Amino acid sequence: MGAIFRKELRGYFTGITGYILTAIMLFMIGYYTVSYCFSYHYAVFEYVYASAVLVLLFFVPVITMRLFAEEKKQKTDRLLYSLPLKMSDIVLGKYFAALCVLALPCAVSAIYPLLLHSYGNFNFRLIYTTLACFFLLGAALTAICMFISLLTENQIAAAIISFVILLLNHFLNNILGVVPASVTAYTIITVVAIAIIGLLVWLVTKNGILADIVSIILLAALIAVRIIKPTIIEKVAGGILDKILLFDVFYIMVDGMLELSTVVLYLSVVVLFTFMSIQVLERRRWA
Amino acid sequence: MIEVKNLTRKYGEHTAVDSISFNIEDGRIYGFLGPNGAGKTTTMNIITGCLSATDGQVIINGHDIFDEPVKAKKCIGYLPEIPPLYTDMTVLEYLRFVGRAKGLKRAQISASIPDVVAKTGLSDVTNKLIKTLSKGYQQRVGIAQAILGDPQIVILDEPTVGLDPKQIVEIRSLIKELGQKHTVILSSHILSEVSEICDEIIIISAGKIVASDSAENLMGRFNSHVIIEITVKGDPDRAAEALAGLDEVLEIEIDDSLTGGMSKLFVKADSDIRAELADILVQNGIAYISMNVERANLEDIFLKLTDNGGEAFTAEEDAAYAGTEENEEEEGDE
Repeated sequence: MGAIFRKELRGYFTGITGYILTAIMLFMIGYYTVSYCFSYHYAVFEYVYASAVLVLLFFVPVITMRLFAEEKKQKTDRLLYSLPLKMSDIVLGKYFAALCVLALPCAVSAIYPLLLHSYGNFNFRLIYTTLACFFLLGAALTAICMFISLLTENQIAAAIISFVILLLNHFLNNILGVVPASVTAYTIITVVAIAIIGLLVWLVTKNGILADIVSIILLAALIAVRIIKPTIIEKVAGGILDKILLFDVFYIMVDGMLELSTVVLYLSVVVLFTFMSIQVLERRRWA
Repeated sequence: MIEVKNLTRKYGEHTAVDSISFNIEDGRIYGFLGPNGAGKTTTMNIITGCLSATDGQVIINGHDIFDEPVKAKKCIGYLPEIPPLYTDMTVLEYLRFVGRAKGLKRAQISASIPDVVAKTGLSDVTNKLIKTLSKGYQQRVGIAQAILGDPQIVILDEPTVGLDPKQIVEIRSLIKELGQKHTVILSSHILSEVSEICDEIIIISAGKIVASDSAENLMGRFNSHVIIEITVKGDPDRAAEALAGLDEVLEIEIDDSLTGGMSKLFVKADSDIRAELADILVQNGIAYISMNVERANLEDIFLKLTDNGGEAFTAEEDAAYAGTEENEEEEGDE
């Protein structure tokens, strides 16, 4: 794992990607620090991270886009397969390298509240919890986008798909808020979610029948519920969405309510998507 | 040593490799020969763990590539068809990465890199970015990567494709050198290359092994007779009559389309009997201009074997051949 980690990390910082991304993230964090703390005189550094979350929308797709897509395109994946490495070494090496790029601006910005604390009353516990959640959120998004990079051969495509998915994740609840026919809307979302689950099952197992069975069972359940008691769909789907939309739970956390479920959710996403990446890489040799 | 047993690989309905079995003995150079799309690359990818098999077994020094991939892969250095290079690294950085990924210790890496670099003739370019190197040098970096850490088995997929003639000669002599220390398997669709470099040739066609033997044996097996081409001046029929008296002569064909009173005779015989033929011609006062032996070369054998889609052998020949294979391998070891 060490060899892959070093190679990837080196890759970020021999080019300009690592520097530019770090610079942009630090610039935005600096900008929000100036607006909140200097212009408005708020001693609430956690808002800085709450706003900087938007930067993750493109930061994460850019750090993950070449992780696997580029290997496939340059045919260097053959080298990785023939080297005496476990698939988990490859995936984790790459994942941790991407996390390091994310950790760099987080670490630098951690100094800011310390520098500012003589000018106001900062709630350090909340600030650093927010920072930790910010990093965890980034880690979860990185796992998702790494998985997407694994599925594509073109890094630009990987970046765009990742960006769209993160964007949806961020704004889905806002969109749903303005859609009037909510039962229909939630039904559609549930159908899409079932399609995604089916697709993921197929990608991970390469077992088309299993994926079909899973999708059909879920769809049948959905249809049954829709006929018997349609309002349940809105309630259940809405409830689940509130719990699993990665950005929404972060904003709740910033307001001072850290729920264990938030941390569990982020860690689960990390584990699930790195596990699925390892499986897909393993299955790819069967393709 | 590699044992391949009943290896099969299907892509959907298409069978790329069809239940092939062979053994690779230590310390020899093997050539996989076959037309494009015969299954050479697929076989190599499976042996090196880049691809899974639909069925069958690959055992490398006692380790099954599917059950103990890491241990099996440690015995192998692989150069795929397209050298897998990180082009924005320098040669040195790239080799260091491969060394670490192969699990070599720091001291081992710093000791073996100069050795590998010298062997592959990369000493002048170690600090250059790989993307600035020519195709020939990139191929060398690919080979350097494969032999780093001294794996017992080196597998090279079409190592000379896309190189200019000078580079081809250099790479070939490098491979021959590697053969002194490593077991080398290379694939190629160029016959002369394989017959020049390899001790053993495995001919693959349409996913099946159609022949596997040393170059001489292959030629011997397919040449039960020779054809001697004689150019004579004068009456070809008289010459043919005289030659037909010899017991060894099986058949004579005459080609009298030549000008200047000359004709060609094609004499089919069991062995090279040029001396006897010359004696008879001289005794009969027939002037002959030249006399050559035509042997079916590897090219003919190759075409014959691969044209029929792997059916050049009858079942009997296959069985007889399977019996001789082991004996020959033992001879090879002696």
